[in-house]
Amino acid sequence: MIPLWMYLLVAAGLFCIGIYGVLSRRNAVAILMGVELMLNAVNINLVAFWRYVAPGNVAGQAFAAFVFVIAAAEAAVGLAIIISIYRNRRSVIVEDVDLLKW
Amino acid sequence: MLNDFLNNVKLLPWLIPVGPLLAFFIITLITNRSKMVAATSSEYADHNHPAYPGLDVAVVSMPGRVASIVVGLIGILSAWFIAYTVVGHALGTTNLGEEVFGSSIPWMATGLTSLNMGVLVDPLTTIMLIMVPLACTMIFIYSIGYAAHDARQARFFALISLFAGAMLTLVVADNLLLLFVGWEIMGLCSYLLIGFWFEKESAYKAAIKAFTTTRVADVIMLLGIAYLYAATGTLSFRDILHNQAVLDMLASTPAIVFSGISAASLIGIFLVIGTIGKSAQFPLHVWLPDAMEGPTPVSAMIHAAAMVSAGIYAIIRMYPLFEAGGHPHAGLLTPPLMLMAVVGSFTAIFAATIAVAQNDVKRVLAYSTISQLGFMMAALGIGAYVAAAFHLITHAFFKALLFMASGSVIHGMEHGEHHVHEHAGHDGHNGHDAHDEHEVAVADAHAHDAHDTHEEHAHAPHFDPQDMFNMGGLRKTMPVTFITFLIGGLSLSGFPLLTAGFWSKDEILADAWFGTTEGHGAASLVFVLLALAAFLTAFYTMRQLGLTFWGEARTEEAKHANLGQGLVSVTMTLPLIILAFFAIFAGFVGVPSQFPILGPILSPEHSWFHHFVAPTLLVEPPVAPFNWFPLLTSFVVALGGLGVGYLMYWRKPLLAGEPDPLIQILGVPLHTTLKNKYYVDELYVRVFVIPSQWFAREVVVKFLDGTIIDGILHGTARVFTWIGDLIKLLNIWLIDGVGDGIPELIGMFGAWFRRIQTGRIQQYLLLVLLATLVIVIIFIVSSGVLVQAAAGG
Repeated sequence: MIPLWMYLLVAAGLFCIGIYGVLSRRNAVAILMGVELMLNAVNINLVAFWRYVAPGNVAGQAFAAFVFVIAAAEAAVGLAIIISIYRNRRSVIVEDVDLLKW
Repeated sequence: MLNDFLNNVKLLPWLIPVGPLLAFFIITLITNRSKMVAATSSEYADHNHPAYPGLDVAVVSMPGRVASIVVGLIGILSAWFIAYTVVGHALGTTNLGEEVFGSSIPWMATGLTSLNMGVLVDPLTTIMLIMVPLACTMIFIYSIGYAAHDARQARFFALISLFAGAMLTLVVADNLLLLFVGWEIMGLCSYLLIGFWFEKESAYKAAIKAFTTTRVADVIMLLGIAYLYAATGTLSFRDILHNQAVLDMLASTPAIVFSGISAASLIGIFLVIGTIGKSAQFPLHVWLPDAMEGPTPVSAMIHAAAMVSAGIYAIIRMYPLFEAGGHPHAGLLTPPLMLMAVVGSFTAIFAATIAVAQNDVKRVLAYSTISQLGFMMAALGIGAYVAAAFHLITHAFFKALLFMASGSVIHGMEHGEHHVHEHAGHDGHNGHDAHDEHEVAVADAHAHDAHDTHEEHAHAPHFDPQDMFNMGGLRKTMPVTFITFLIGGLSLSGFPLLTAGFWSKDEILADAWFGTTEGHGAASLVFVLLALAAFLTAFYTMRQLGLTFWGEARTEEAKHANLGQGLVSVTMTLPLIILAFFAIFAGFVGVPSQFPILGPILSPEHSWFHHFVAPTLLVEPPVAPFNWFPLLTSFVVALGGLGVGYLMYWRKPLLAGEPDPLIQILGVPLHTTLKNKYYVDELYVRVFVIPSQWFAREVVVKFLDGTIIDGILHGTARVFTWIGDLIKLLNIWLIDGVGDGIPELIGMFGAWFRRIQTGRIQQYLLLVLLATLVIVIIFIVSSGVLVQAAAGG
């Protein structure tokens, strides 16, 4: 059987790729995609821990399902915001959207 | 309760002053209701008050005025009735000197002793109680007519009620303190009444003068009262004056200051100075002639019934104290007696000489009052106790009569003036052109406003209804006034045998002569000066009578002078007739028994008056033995003075515009000096008034107020302003520095720190990531997970 740490390693890698995407991409859509990667990395962790640590409960699966829903909602809201920004600014580059400052 | 009072003659004297005092309160608080009317209204119409066009003035309604008069009359009549009940009991008591009526209550405890308030009726009080209520009642009745057209009638009756109440309080008082209370209330009343027509500048100035002058004396008198209380522990008359031990003690104790004299003498001098002020003796006589500015009944009140009599009454009352340590009948005068003898006799002659040259009908009487009070004072100074009391009573009657008669004359003259003016107006006699036309127009506009036009005339400078040179021939139009005035005048002159004034003055001279024969210098001085003064008295009285009533009218006004008809005329003549009766017959109670022919008829055993009053004293004063010399002197001076007056003013009466024949005889400088009252007023203005004004202006206002007080105030203000400036600096530098510095620093920090807020979401996230990593590392290190992992292999 594949040991737990492998799953965790994959999830950590996926998370790091997600973070990198979020922090380094200038395109807002790409950032959203990074966020999706991070969420899915967490999902892998949740399911893996469920399977290996507490298989009697459904808490891990349930959490993973919640994260799917939230990720979908987040993607919908996030894309809507991006579209709105685009309509206002003709740009999806996050560096152009720096009004939230002093 | 009231029955107890009414049935007990010892308590009855308490009620004597109550009536008038109550009347004062009732009138002041209840009946003196006034409403505001326009000053030009006919309700407020009197020649004595100027009209204030466009102003509203307070006027008491007609029912209020009538009620005030009724209340005032009831008050004084009740006092009269009660007083005469007491007098009736007193006259029926054989040895009243010992068994006085009176009662007292403790009033104020002062340490070990207590001040008592009480009433006392002894022979001296009794004779005062005969005179005062009678004279006051006459004055009240007279005032009804006199004040009939005055808008302030109610106020007038309130004040004279208070005046009468105060005088009665003073008379029945059994101690010096209560006497002083009455004394001071009268001072207040005289101030209010002299200034009754306070719109007139001369009136309010006279009021202030009277008040200030008497105040000077009253303060010294109060000092005497305080000293007496300190020395004896009581102020009761009986305890001090009827107690030889106390008198001896006072006479033998040296005074606290001026150790050459005894305590009794010092107290006596203080009290005599009080009387010098109250009874207008030289040098404090200046207020009395000016008091003529008040309404005439007030003059009668002040000059006869109350105020100045109170001064003499007080020294008669305190006489044993003055006498203590001396023996006036043996020529041993104590300092207060000496003071009285000198001041009294000097004042008598001094005022008489001034009276000779006065032209104002009331001023002549004013100076004659001063002169007559000097007689009493001098008499008391040489120990003629009974004679002084006798003259006090007779003088009160004939002087009240003379004042009211002169008031009638003035009233009549104003009436005549009114008459003359009305005729001028109706005849269309426009002497004053525009002025008269204006008046006629006014009279036409207000059909009833005769008073207004009348008023303008009364205040016109060209006619003085009190100037005797504007009169003449008044006997024809005012016969009752003439006859009563004549009786009063003769009584004042001491017309032999018939009049009251003769008997009392003769008694004073007899006592003075008695002292002279015993070889006492003071008595001789008093005798000579008083005899001279009596001569002048007779002369100026004749002059006054001649100028006023004899001859032909010197002005149109005098020709038409009369009192009119009805109530005014009745109330103004009835009191004159009653007082004229007393001015003649009051003297017969004091005829010496040794007097030739009349003595055995009128006083078979002894002079009633002397016999009645003398027991007031512990040691009865002796009766002066009869002597022809003073009697002849009385005859000569009275008849001589009258005769000279007759020759100068009656035989050939003055015509209009003719100068006073006196000027030729005396010479212009002397006459002018007398007419100007020896310039005493001017002297006082120079010596007291102007320096006090200078002192007030230069020292008090400029130096004390301007330099010192303002200096202190401004200095303090400057110091505090400086301190304030200092604090302000501190505030700016320290407090504001700290207060503003902290926000500024925070602001600077914020300005620097806000740069972290780039607005770039990825930077934020990066920071969040870094922070999370740091937290995780710290967590891992601190929780020891690594150590366990390492240990676990």
